[in-house]
Amino acid sequence: MNKDFIEIRWHGRGGQGAITAAKIVAGAAFISGYEGVVMAPTFGTERRGAPVMTSLKISKKKIYDLSPIEIPDIVVVLDHLLLKEADVTHGLKPGGIIVLNTPKPYESYHFKDYRLATADITAISVEAGLPHGMVNTGIIGSLERATNLLGIDILIKGIEEEFSTRKPGKNSLAAKIAFERTVAGG
Amino acid sequence: MHIIENGNVAAALGVKLCRANVIAAYPITPQTPLTERLSEYVESGEMKAEYIPVESEHSAMAVCIAASSAGARAFTATSANGLLYMHEQIQWASGARLPIVMCVVNRAVGAPWNVWNDQQDSISQRDIGWIQIYCSDHQQIIDTVIKAFWIAEKVSIPIMVCYDGYILSHTYMPFDLPGQEEVDAFLPPFKPEYALNPETPANLNTVTLPDVRLDVQGELAHGYMEIRYLLQEELRTTLNVAAEAEKRFAEIFGRGSDPYIEPYRCDDADYVAVGLGSITYQLRVCVDALRKEGIKVGVMGVRFYRPFPDAAIANALKGKKGVIVFEKALSYGYEGALASDLKSALYEHLAGSGVLPFVQNFILGIGGREIRTDDLTQALRTATQGRVSTEPTWIGLKL
Repeated sequence: MNKDFIEIRWHGRGGQGAITAAKIVAGAAFISGYEGVVMAPTFGTERRGAPVMTSLKISKKKIYDLSPIEIPDIVVVLDHLLLKEADVTHGLKPGGIIVLNTPKPYESYHFKDYRLATADITAISVEAGLPHGMVNTGIIGSLERATNLLGIDILIKGIEEEFSTRKPGKNSLAAKIAFERTVAGG
Repeated sequence: MHIIENGNVAAALGVKLCRANVIAAYPITPQTPLTERLSEYVESGEMKAEYIPVESEHSAMAVCIAASSAGARAFTATSANGLLYMHEQIQWASGARLPIVMCVVNRAVGAPWNVWNDQQDSISQRDIGWIQIYCSDHQQIIDTVIKAFWIAEKVSIPIMVCYDGYILSHTYMPFDLPGQEEVDAFLPPFKPEYALNPETPANLNTVTLPDVRLDVQGELAHGYMEIRYLLQEELRTTLNVAAEAEKRFAEIFGRGSDPYIEPYRCDDADYVAVGLGSITYQLRVCVDALRKEGIKVGVMGVRFYRPFPDAAIANALKGKKGVIVFEKALSYGYEGALASDLKSALYEHLAGSGVLPFVQNFILGIGGREIRTDDLTQALRTATQGRVSTEPTWIGLKL
């Protein structure tokens, strides 16, 4: 993966907080020296529960192209049921990374051309003390384990700042546990 | 201090830093998060302003007209059909010479109903005596809001700060958040030459006769035509005021550029792409790609659209072989308004030289139709091989 310019597409459901998660990663990337950070939600038809997408581009240089990501390096999937509802691997580069929240074992998935990372973020988040279904901070831990992109510490800091008035400790704990327990293929 | 936020928040922060006194707005996508954010600032006491919720955009502008007439710094924002619903009142605001600042978060107009981005809304309000400035990123949005209040109050003419709906309004990117002290140093409190005062009641903008006449003091007062002539004259001299604003802004904030246009790789270019707003930044990526193929092409964003900086634009396009205009709006029945304006500027300033570049007009992104960078590059590449058509050419059309 070329770490000077990385495109991450996030798949979640309306209300699941994919935008907030992408925003936290964007902020951490920016303070890590990525001058160009652009996070663009897909527009207009958001409603609770419906599949939604967010584009996150991070670059060592200012980004001038705000058009949606066509060939992502990484896709993050906040709900494994989306695999059936959306074409989450669309355009994903060969060797690209899929970060998946799923209760199923890693071995039950077979993506030929991609590297998969899985964790049961839904259960991990409850274990960390978050309400059921809040998975947008845990998934950041899995993303970091799968990609080794920014370092877990800066992401934990970003989570605690974003959630400074909304259970910062529990949110960052979810990310820490997910970071430890994520199963990632080589 | 750099923060990462969306374009609507950038605009809201700019309005807060400018200490607007009165905000009146009616929600419409994609503008809504901007004025929602301002109402939160007012509610929490973070911003000392009067936030007046109204039942329509027409009333929002009416409130801004009243507030500005009474000497308050007034702000509103809208999009698409909301702007069109204001049409009668916004003409009143410019005719009455009130320095209101309004963000227009560009969106397609109905029918058919569509909430996505193009620029038909603000382009359709081109000829009403407002200043129009277009932004290409969040830094420009917040900086332009701040400059807009200064320019508007200096010339007593209202300003639309236009930026692309969703593409900028809902997209997050880093930008430098100016400090309150610096903004206060740049923008003094609004002190109008005349403000309504209950102790000295007056009628403003009542029936004004075709001819000049003596006023109640026995002095010769302007007729309607003189008042309208002065609006045009002072809009034209606003170009100088914009340059002054840019200079002052650069001194205080350390950021500055050409106030009218934003050229990129234009100096040695044979062909120059031209547009308004975020499309001109996307075109930079296309220009870089085509340069690698050996095609000498550049791109120029037009920041100031009204008053039109015709001399600066013609000067920048002097000696070019072709000008390729990308527009998200058009004057239905003819061509893109910017293309027409460019041709007019080129004719005016370069016809004498005997060498005029061709002008190719592309229409794209209407109603939020996705603009793929590859398609944009291909269109630009094709146009550098010669004018495609005398008629506007639509990109991405599926017919």
